[in-house]
Amino acid sequence: MAAAEIDVKYVAHLARLALTPDEERKLGAQLDNILGYIEKLKELDIGTVEPTAHAMPLVNVTRPDEIRPSLPHEDALRNAPARANGLFIVPKIVE
Amino acid sequence: MLNQLTISELAPRLARREVSAREVMQSCLDQIARVDGKIHAFISHNDADALTQAEAADQLLAQSGRDAGRPLLGVPVAIKDVIAVKNQPLNCGSKILGRFVSPYDATVIEKLKAAGAIVFGRLNMDEFAMGSSTENSAFGATHNPWDQTRIPGGSSGGSAAAVTADETIAALGSDTGGSIRQPAALCGCVGLKPTYGRVSRYGLVAFASSLDQIGAFTKDIRDAATMLAVIGGHDARDSTSVPQPVPDYAAALTGTSPDGPIVKGLKLGLPKEYMVGGLDAAVKAAVDAAVKQFGKLGAEIVEISLPHTDYAVATYYIIATAEASANLARFDGIRYGARVDGADPIELYGRTRGAGFGAEVKRRIILGTYVLSSGYYDAYYLRAQKVRTLIRHDFLKAFEQVDAIVTPTSPTAAFKIGEKSDDPLQMYLSDIFTISCNLAGICGVSLPCGFTQNPKLPIGLQLLGKPFGEEILLRLGHAYEQSTPWHREKPPL
Repeated sequence: MAAAEIDVKYVAHLARLALTPDEERKLGAQLDNILGYIEKLKELDIGTVEPTAHAMPLVNVTRPDEIRPSLPHEDALRNAPARANGLFIVPKIVE
Repeated sequence: MLNQLTISELAPRLARREVSAREVMQSCLDQIARVDGKIHAFISHNDADALTQAEAADQLLAQSGRDAGRPLLGVPVAIKDVIAVKNQPLNCGSKILGRFVSPYDATVIEKLKAAGAIVFGRLNMDEFAMGSSTENSAFGATHNPWDQTRIPGGSSGGSAAAVTADETIAALGSDTGGSIRQPAALCGCVGLKPTYGRVSRYGLVAFASSLDQIGAFTKDIRDAATMLAVIGGHDARDSTSVPQPVPDYAAALTGTSPDGPIVKGLKLGLPKEYMVGGLDAAVKAAVDAAVKQFGKLGAEIVEISLPHTDYAVATYYIIATAEASANLARFDGIRYGARVDGADPIELYGRTRGAGFGAEVKRRIILGTYVLSSGYYDAYYLRAQKVRTLIRHDFLKAFEQVDAIVTPTSPTAAFKIGEKSDDPLQMYLSDIFTISCNLAGICGVSLPCGFTQNPKLPIGLQLLGKPFGEEILLRLGHAYEQSTPWHREKPPL
């Protein structure tokens, strides 16, 4: 069974990944090859099988809602590419 | 030379003050100066900071001598570049993090420091732990200590090469589909991937959160037991870490007998699906010999079946890439790392990520985004999660019959640099024996079990254990090591 052709340009947009035309072409061919291999999963009958999201299922892991020490403001900002007045600088979002 | 010693050899000498932590650290730094130009295991190391830590350890040793609470006092441990160490760089082998410096310690680092270890160096890796050869690093490839024209395995290739080349006494790495065990096998050291949830992932940069686990690289199994006892345990900051007590792993090495390791009566499963096509003849011969050796030591060898083995690689590359595509969304040039400006946030994200990520990371983000996207989720992601259930059940069923499973770690010894870099699928298939362990959430260890001839390259033996079955793996591995010479062989550097 052939895999669906992957629309690399569209998926790259979903992933917020700017690709060059050359990268798109190369990735398209490689991903078609990988998806072709992945098709083998369709051989299996999985009708009644439950999915596994985690091998070690711990449920409702909670902690008391208490104030605890956290990363100081300055430490949280120290790796920012652009900052001012204790804030991250981002491009204009609202005109 | 001090840098060649194991933790268990060093600790008593340090405690008796026959050697100083400074001398031990210096001998590792000297070895790095001598050989790292050939193998490039380290992205960076801060010698002054390492020696300062060593001097602090010497002061503690002078005051209190050996201290049961500090089993690693004065022992250098180097760290894969994916684990946060406060005030040290963190790049994940990528350009996208720019000049990132960690503002906090990962839980495993807090534990190493509390145990007295000298935490030093940033070890090379495939970018974001995506790869099997350490060729996908923005800082250049790592080379195998046994043959510098060959890859060290990956993604923790720097960790495996550094321990094998005696540039450090031990190292930390991470394992999502074999990234500890496969490089340990190809370099010829011990690599332990604990059960999912045994070790906290807090401070480990996430690749695939349901598969990632931190583990240790060491020169022998006894040291792996020491390291696991230090880094293991529940952590309230990682909701997936399991509240299960940490046993005395060192005591588990010999079981209850004062005469040595007890292997007699343990049942060892040999999965028939692992000894087939694509397996190199020398690897097969070495693993066959190791299985015989376990028989001699008193283990009972039982043929078992893991019928869904053939589907593991496909399952893994859906689940791991899906999780990665979500986890790596955070690298967007806003809060940290390098930024490439754009007219609006969408353009900024796209340009930053397009410039910052390497080819393999882009490939996996695209694949992961695709298998999660509308219209394909059921066909790929949900189906893979169901096959994961089948793979997990294969193991749980096998473990009703046997105490541990023995397999090759990798189907071949180390391949040539560049040999598989243009064929991602072939690269993925080199992880065929290690991937199922992560999908099932069980534990595994790789240890040296022989060499190929011409060229002489290490071969790794993989032992897989039940969830939280590390004690049995360590006991089996230790018994094997005691009766074989492989772990003592050193690469010609």
